Amino acid sequence: MSGSIQSVERAAAILRLLGGGERRMGLTDIASTLGLAKATAHGILRTLQQEGFVEQDAATGRYQLGAELLRLGNSYLDIHDLRARALVWTDDLARSSGESVHLGVPHQGGVLVVHHVFRPDDSRQVVEVGAMQPLHSSAMGKALAAFDPVVRTQLLAADRPRFTARTVTGRRDVEDLLEVVREQGWASDLEESWEGLASVASPVHDRRGVAVGAVGVTGAVERVRESRDGAVRPALVAAVRDCARAVTRDLGGGRFRIN
Amino acid sequence: MTDKQSNSSRGQGPYIAAIDQGTTSSRCIVFDKDGRIVAVDQKEHEQIFPKPGWVEHDAAEIWTNVQAVVDGAIAQAGLSKSDVKAIGITNQRETTMMWDKNTGAPVHNALVWQDTRTDVLCREFGRKGGQDRWRRETGLPLASYFAGPKIRWLLDNVEGLRERAERGDILFGTMDSWVIWNLTGGVNGGVHVTDVTNASRTLLMNLHTLAWEPKILEAMGIPESVLPEIRSSAEVYGQAVGGSLAGVPVASALGDQQAALFGQTCFDEGEAKSTYGTGTFLLMNTANKPINSYNGLITTVGYRIGDQAPVYALEGSIAITGALVQWMRDQMGLIQSAPEIETLALTVEDNGGAYFVPAFSGLFAPHWRSDARGVIAGLTRYVTKAHIARAVLEATAWQTREICDAMAKDSGVEPTTLKVDGGMTSNNLLMQTLADFLGTPVVRPMVAETTCLGAAYAAGLAVGFWSDTDELRANWKRAAEWTPDMSEEDRADQYRKWLKAVERTKGWIDED
Ligand SMILES: Nc1ncnc2c1ncn2[C@@H]1O[C@H](COP(=O)(O)OP(=O)(O)OP(=O)(O)O)[C@@H](O)[C@H]1O
Ligand SMILES: [Mg+2]
Repeated sequence: MSGSIQSVERAAAILRLLGGGERRMGLTDIASTLGLAKATAHGILRTLQQEGFVEQDAATGRYQLGAELLRLGNSYLDIHDLRARALVWTDDLARSSGESVHLGVPHQGGVLVVHHVFRPDDSRQVVEVGAMQPLHSSAMGKALAAFDPVVRTQLLAADRPRFTARTVTGRRDVEDLLEVVREQGWASDLEESWEGLASVASPVHDRRGVAVGAVGVTGAVERVRESRDGAVRPALVAAVRDCARAVTRDLGGGRFRIN
Repeated sequence: MTDKQSNSSRGQGPYIAAIDQGTTSSRCIVFDKDGRIVAVDQKEHEQIFPKPGWVEHDAAEIWTNVQAVVDGAIAQAGLSKSDVKAIGITNQRETTMMWDKNTGAPVHNALVWQDTRTDVLCREFGRKGGQDRWRRETGLPLASYFAGPKIRWLLDNVEGLRERAERGDILFGTMDSWVIWNLTGGVNGGVHVTDVTNASRTLLMNLHTLAWEPKILEAMGIPESVLPEIRSSAEVYGQAVGGSLAGVPVASALGDQQAALFGQTCFDEGEAKSTYGTGTFLLMNTANKPINSYNGLITTVGYRIGDQAPVYALEGSIAITGALVQWMRDQMGLIQSAPEIETLALTVEDNGGAYFVPAFSGLFAPHWRSDARGVIAGLTRYVTKAHIARAVLEATAWQTREICDAMAKDSGVEPTTLKVDGGMTSNNLLMQTLADFLGTPVVRPMVAETTCLGAAYAAGLAVGFWSDTDELRANWKRAAEWTPDMSEEDRADQYRKWLKAVERTKGWIDED
């Protein structure tokens, strides 16, 4: 085969290897199976990992296929399917929380709103489907970045404009924040995108465990927090997470997930 | 680690369970007092297409599925039967079945409302008095859609059935009757009833007396002994026997479209809703008066609560809307799931000149032409599958527009907004298109499952779970609203093309 690039060939071989039956493998196994030096295999894996084609399990160090690859393939969940499945649960969340609800997916370095349920009062509101929210300041963006390595990479690489005095923009601060989100299973935006508005969001996982979207509620800061600078209302957090879990369940996911 | 199905933000019981025996699936939804969904279970059944234009269901399979979804929903919510105060029933309307009351066995597959095999029979009945021969009594034109002629077809075509019926061994029912009879014990004392809304779809009930019309029974050759007793939509018909809800009162029955009207809390004269499922049905509450239609709509019973006066409705029925999306998925293989139609449609800006009129079961309202069949008009080499996907969605919106025009003429009120519900309302592009084509805002309520909700409301009223309809109205909340964004010229121009395409469907089936 003339003109083929060796490292791309090797990357393809690694992906094929990991693709066999949703496998998880350690570096040593991968290198020896393909007859590569460990350093070479590691370099390729690291690049694939940055691109989201491969993920490394934090606990065991083993590698598996990444979210980006699943998104490219036909197992990618259609956003309109996602909306249809989420409909009942997002309606219920709006009703129980008394706030507006959004469902978002990662898209071109931001969050694309694919579904929007009005706040259940009689106020005038417009459907925000199709709008974009920033990754670094929105609750949905943070929830997605904390659970999806590709989104995380995008967030860390991108400009992070300051929208309010509370917007977190520094790389270290963002990294710490995502760590917290990952641990607690939900993210918030406390006047970080708009003065006076706060949101809480939690990720939705498909059956392969990929964070395909996030659901969030948004309302006036004094309704979302117990006081202007107080904790986020626990009942609201519980309702958002219940909703995310219900949608996750509907997608066939969630059995082995911390969410 | 959470595998446990947390219900921490859910309200406490007691609850009402609703069974929706639909065209494509059966489902059971458990609601709490605020009308919030506590648990859902759903199961699809087989669509049987023995010949072009014929559509059947296996009623035994349906009853098995109904039991499974009831058990499923109750288990999912972790409820016991003492938490459930009543069971409400709603169902696909007109679908006709007959069974042996001694064995409980169906004598034939159920003939589904979309089935056109009774065309010829209807034309024969119409030879005297035309298509509107019994419209004054029943509110309906003679069409293969309705149940009466389907009963006659079964009596004529199932060997020995007429004799068995005349011996008193055979019962007829729409799916409400079948489900209630089985729920309340079947061969061991099951009650054989139907409600006024389902009975109003048979072509056999007099709208004014709410009783079977002897003159029509005689003309159609249907023995009265097979017919169920006509009851109100909200009263206790009996108790469930066996299963996870044994002993719970069965307390409502409403055809699915009337149930959606009820679930949308359209309790006042002039209030209307449009439901987007397999087909689409726009119903407007006309209070205690049956209004005759001169524009191709039908007159039907909206609901009747216990012994209160019946509430009537004007209805525009469209046979094929969501079913066209399913056809794109199952027969054409252009999409893998129904919602993907939106993804495909959004890859283009417009329909590329293509118009798709899905007259698969003939045309229902406002045309009532059983000789029509589906057409895609305006095809050129430019047209792609994405344009067709757009035409599919537009077909639903244009068909609604035709109904709204007829409704405005018959009722004299121009609707200011359209309340929508049903599975297709999750399609954002469709909802925007609908607002554009109608030129009025389109509003979706917070519970898209209004059909089940309506059945639950009626059952809850019957057992005193809710006190009155005002209490229910307070549960209605707006979830979304789409406003028109299309020029009057574009709207008029495209509507004209649509109507041209509709003309091309008519007369496709030869008279013989
Ligand atoms: N996102 C969508 N876009 C377009 N059509 C859709 C979408 N989601 C569902 N549908 C269509 O809606 C229909 C299902 O809606 P729904 O569940 O309300 O119907 P249903 O209640 O099952 O119908 P029935 O009561 O007649 O059985 C199907 O025909 C499906 O093709
Ligand atoms: Mg239905």
